[in-house]
Amino acid sequence: MNLKPETLAKIDEVITHYPTKRSATLPLLHLIQEDVGYLPPDTSEWVAAKLELQPINVLEVITFYPMFRQKPIGRRHIKVCRTLSCALLGGYKTCATFEQEFHTHLGEVSPDGAVTVDFVECLASCGTAPVVMIDDELHEKVDCAKAKQLSDQIKAEAQKR
Amino acid sequence: MPAPAQRRIIFKHIDEPGYTNDIGCYLRNGGYEVLKKAVTRKPEELIDEVKKSGLRGRGGAGFPCGVKWGLVDRKSGKPIYLIVNADESEPGTFKDRYIMHQDPHQLIEGTMISCFANNVKQAYIYIRGEMPHGARILEKAIAEARAANFVGPNILGTGYSCEIFVHRGAGAYICGEETGLIESLEGKRANPRIKPPYFPAVLGLYQCPTIVNNVETLCHVKYIAEHGGAEYAKIGTPGNTGTRIFCVSGHVQRPGYYEFPAGTITMGQLLNEVCGGPLPGRKFKAVIPGGSSAKILRFGERFKGKRKVGTELVDYDWGVEDVPMDFDSLGMIGTMGGSGGVIVMDDTVNMVEALANINAFYSHESCGQCTPCREGSLWMKKITSRMVHGQARSADAALLKSVADQIPGRTICAFGEACSWPTQSFIAKFGDEFKQYPETKKTAKPAAAVALV
Repeated sequence: MNLKPETLAKIDEVITHYPTKRSATLPLLHLIQEDVGYLPPDTSEWVAAKLELQPINVLEVITFYPMFRQKPIGRRHIKVCRTLSCALLGGYKTCATFEQEFHTHLGEVSPDGAVTVDFVECLASCGTAPVVMIDDELHEKVDCAKAKQLSDQIKAEAQKR
Repeated sequence: MPAPAQRRIIFKHIDEPGYTNDIGCYLRNGGYEVLKKAVTRKPEELIDEVKKSGLRGRGGAGFPCGVKWGLVDRKSGKPIYLIVNADESEPGTFKDRYIMHQDPHQLIEGTMISCFANNVKQAYIYIRGEMPHGARILEKAIAEARAANFVGPNILGTGYSCEIFVHRGAGAYICGEETGLIESLEGKRANPRIKPPYFPAVLGLYQCPTIVNNVETLCHVKYIAEHGGAEYAKIGTPGNTGTRIFCVSGHVQRPGYYEFPAGTITMGQLLNEVCGGPLPGRKFKAVIPGGSSAKILRFGERFKGKRKVGTELVDYDWGVEDVPMDFDSLGMIGTMGGSGGVIVMDDTVNMVEALANINAFYSHESCGQCTPCREGSLWMKKITSRMVHGQARSADAALLKSVADQIPGRTICAFGEACSWPTQSFIAKFGDEFKQYPETKKTAKPAAAVALV
């Protein structure tokens, strides 16, 4: 595990928030995923050693929570809300627009490596449906036109790289 | 009758121009004055105020907050924990998001008052993983409050100390269930615990007495500490005190969040006047009144019975539009007020497809430890998806109902009820639509219909 020094410092700090080390499992996984982009294969062993657990205690957590991923994703992560309120206002079309724009399928890295599009469950912003999260940013009322516009922005930023 | 005026006590500053989420702005608006007074009072007095207020939890179950606090085991000698349930995840609910993003100090003040009242030395805010900004905003707000001595050691020179940490979830709906949340906070899979013996008030976090309260509930506690329980109980109606925040989504002209004295507004006033009615050219068909697990209501159905008004029993004969939006009235007509998430569907929606969408959610979110829920939610999803995408049979309605009927009451947590109520109620209210679906599929959809699954 090759983590940045600031990640390691945050890991040591967050463990102090809890009376038992095991409670720091989710925070550690978040920190590693933010640093590396995903949870590499040695994550369970590494976190288990850090928190004095068995690797299975960590692996079962990784596989339970939808936000943890064991494979790399595209440079940007597009999460479209699939649940009822968003679907009622066209969430399925919004999702299909992103897939078409990046010539990709749900859960896969797009051929140019720019994005991964996921169709996720409720993002708790039902009043401004359909909603989309791009990395940490929430975008509201994303109809097909806005999905196209957001896709163009991502493509333009990718060009500059 | 025209709709009553909104009364914003919790959402007072939400969307207020110039209002920012830093402590300076909060202090300029009288922030932390209530905490300063609260820490000079006896903790028991504060608990009494909450009991007198009649405050009911705003997370979904509507359990009286004072009773919850009263159940806490204070003799065990173990530390008492308080967990803020900020996992807002019931589809249709989006109120806590705005409190945490725009007015985080209101939550922190309410939390600290509740901690002081219950002699809690350590609190955690369990926020859903999908709100990374919310988590950072809360962390910054806690740091500001700590610097001002409202959180941390020796608060305001009283000798009382209490820490708050933010803990992020990772996308699992079941973490909104309080014992699942506790497991998750302990670093495990969020498999809910069986009650008895694991009542959080006795055997909660780290097997210690634990209070789990919703974000909005704790903001109400701040208001109660400020104005007194008796004064708070004057807002709303007896048994449904205070204000209620409704989150309206789906097919209305003006979706959004609206705060009213509890029990003073009817469904019809909320949807037609406050939210501007149906979209142009459409008609309301159905509404889910309290988050996606609440039983659906069909426009056109009537509810009859007797209800208590004061000490008298009076007859009621309501259409959906006439139902007062409070816990008890919605309970009386066979659904629930839940978390206040109102999801509206109009006549472009096919109910089989809407149910297929909901079933996909619940089968994705079942934690999997109880067989009836894990298998039942999955099969309800498979059947409704097949109806939409594959072959539909007229006997599917009966099949769905038989699966749904075998889940509730047979699971460790209330998810069993939550996942079966949609199927049971959709079939009870729209059974014909399910039976006719094989034929409906052969005809053209309404022009404005969208894919739901």
